[in-house]
Amino acid sequence: MKRSRFSQIIASVLVNAIYEMKNYPIVLLSSVIAPLSLLFVITFVSDGALLGAAIQGGLIMTFFSSGIALQSDLSHLKNDFKLQDMIVSSPTNSKIYVTGMALAEIVYSIPALAILIVLAAIFLHPSLVQFVILTFVLLLMFAVSVAIGFMLSTFSNDIVQSYAFARLLSLVFATLPPVYYPITYVPIPFNYVAYLSPTTFAAEIMHSATGYIDISLNRLILDWIVLIVTCIIIMYIAVKKTRWKDV
Amino acid sequence: MFLVPKKKSISQAFVLKVRVMGTLECKGLTKVYQDHHKALDNLTLTLETTGIFALIGRNGAGKTTLVRILATELEPTSGNASINGMNILMQTDKLREKIAIVPQEARAIRWMTPKQTVKSYLLWRGYSYKDAKTLADESLEKMGLKNYANVLNANLSGGTKRKVLIATVTASEAEIIFLDEPTTGLDPISRRELWEILRELGKTRFIFLTTHYLEEAEQLAEKIGILKDGKLLSIGTLSELRGNSKYQYSVKLPPKTIVPNVKNATVTTSQTGITQIMTNEEEAFRLARLLSEQSVKFSITPVSLDDIFFYVVGQKAEDSNEA
Repeated sequence: MKRSRFSQIIASVLVNAIYEMKNYPIVLLSSVIAPLSLLFVITFVSDGALLGAAIQGGLIMTFFSSGIALQSDLSHLKNDFKLQDMIVSSPTNSKIYVTGMALAEIVYSIPALAILIVLAAIFLHPSLVQFVILTFVLLLMFAVSVAIGFMLSTFSNDIVQSYAFARLLSLVFATLPPVYYPITYVPIPFNYVAYLSPTTFAAEIMHSATGYIDISLNRLILDWIVLIVTCIIIMYIAVKKTRWKDV
Repeated sequence: MFLVPKKKSISQAFVLKVRVMGTLECKGLTKVYQDHHKALDNLTLTLETTGIFALIGRNGAGKTTLVRILATELEPTSGNASINGMNILMQTDKLREKIAIVPQEARAIRWMTPKQTVKSYLLWRGYSYKDAKTLADESLEKMGLKNYANVLNANLSGGTKRKVLIATVTASEAEIIFLDEPTTGLDPISRRELWEILRELGKTRFIFLTTHYLEEAEQLAEKIGILKDGKLLSIGTLSELRGNSKYQYSVKLPPKTIVPNVKNATVTTSQTGITQIMTNEEEAFRLARLLSEQSVKFSITPVSLDDIFFYVVGQKAEDSNEA
């Protein structure tokens, strides 16, 4: 029997996004509100001056939170419905499963992303180069958060803790660091703490690309190196430590 | 091997249900969890992969651990196993094409409908969307779930939700289906409905079933295994289990009956005063003649699986203690 990889990926998207959104439309609203709420606050407080930076922050938060949400969603499906057990004993492998589930998280975030992309088109007017930089950084962030999310989900056996942990990671990496506003607003020594999060480097690259901060070329290169190396390390750890089959 | 044609509308890959009769072999399977609990202890068994096999045992006997190892979800600490010639450790991908499982405590996802549940599982197994849709409809109809196909799982009864999960795995081409305590928590009517479905399934697939309902094993399974503390205590058909048991017959006497002297027997009296004498064939018939001559009311039946289970589990435990 010839098996379709495309079908296997679509199954995850249907289960973890489409069917949930179709059968429980309220989830659409909640997925939109989180990234937009902070954007409104920053925009109003800065009298509109930081709207562009806040839009980029909203994009970073949406992509990062989507990946991290994978942790609680997979954990929920694994522990409450025993879905992962059924999938492990089937022709679907872990890579296909997680790819589909990650794609589902993006599909789930489409309402929020659509609003943010429209806002970005209106207020940021990104050039092609800026567009490529922003897209690449956002995809890197997403890859990192998916790797963390999947790895943690395979260890989790308690859904309450899983949801709490996902919210905590989202706060620590996508809300607390200066992603909605430039790092120059963060006073010393707190900015050193901010650099512990890879999202700070991502935001610095994006804010620099769109002219919200002015940093040297060396600093920009360093930001890229830190971001890419962090991504590689986290993905390596995730690949090595993820438990698809129990031991 | 024999082939059973299905509907022509589905592509050739799905047209034939292939039933391969082979064997399931476990050799020295041992599983020690990280907390040092030994769930399986050097388990060895050989089964023909046809019909229904029921594994019975008390909670914590190791049933789920064995099923999870065989379904390639869990690594054994030592030992090995193969199903129809496919090694569970070395030929995992190949084996996963042939198996499916409904795990213990599995639940139908509440934000989905039965049709969406079956269809998505088939997509995960690599079916095209069109075939998945057709097979989902067929499977739900076969299970008598056509009228519930588009109702949210959250709004279905426990028995119907279980049927949805069984419809899900049986809609696929899997030849070997593991069902870990499929009827736990169901009311007696739903349980019997599910038995009918499982009986039908057992005609075309190999069903490896775990249960702690002895009546379920007795009703459904051609072969039964008894597991205790990770060890396989006994295996065979019900009559083989009876034959291997120390006692083959059960004689029951009403309350206040004077119990005659019996050799090679275990005599117990329940709280209602009914006396049960479990003994071998020769002694049972001697006793029956004696009781008839004395005009005492009694019943005589072959020992049930309940009796065998309690005898085997109890007796072997005593043996272990003595050892």
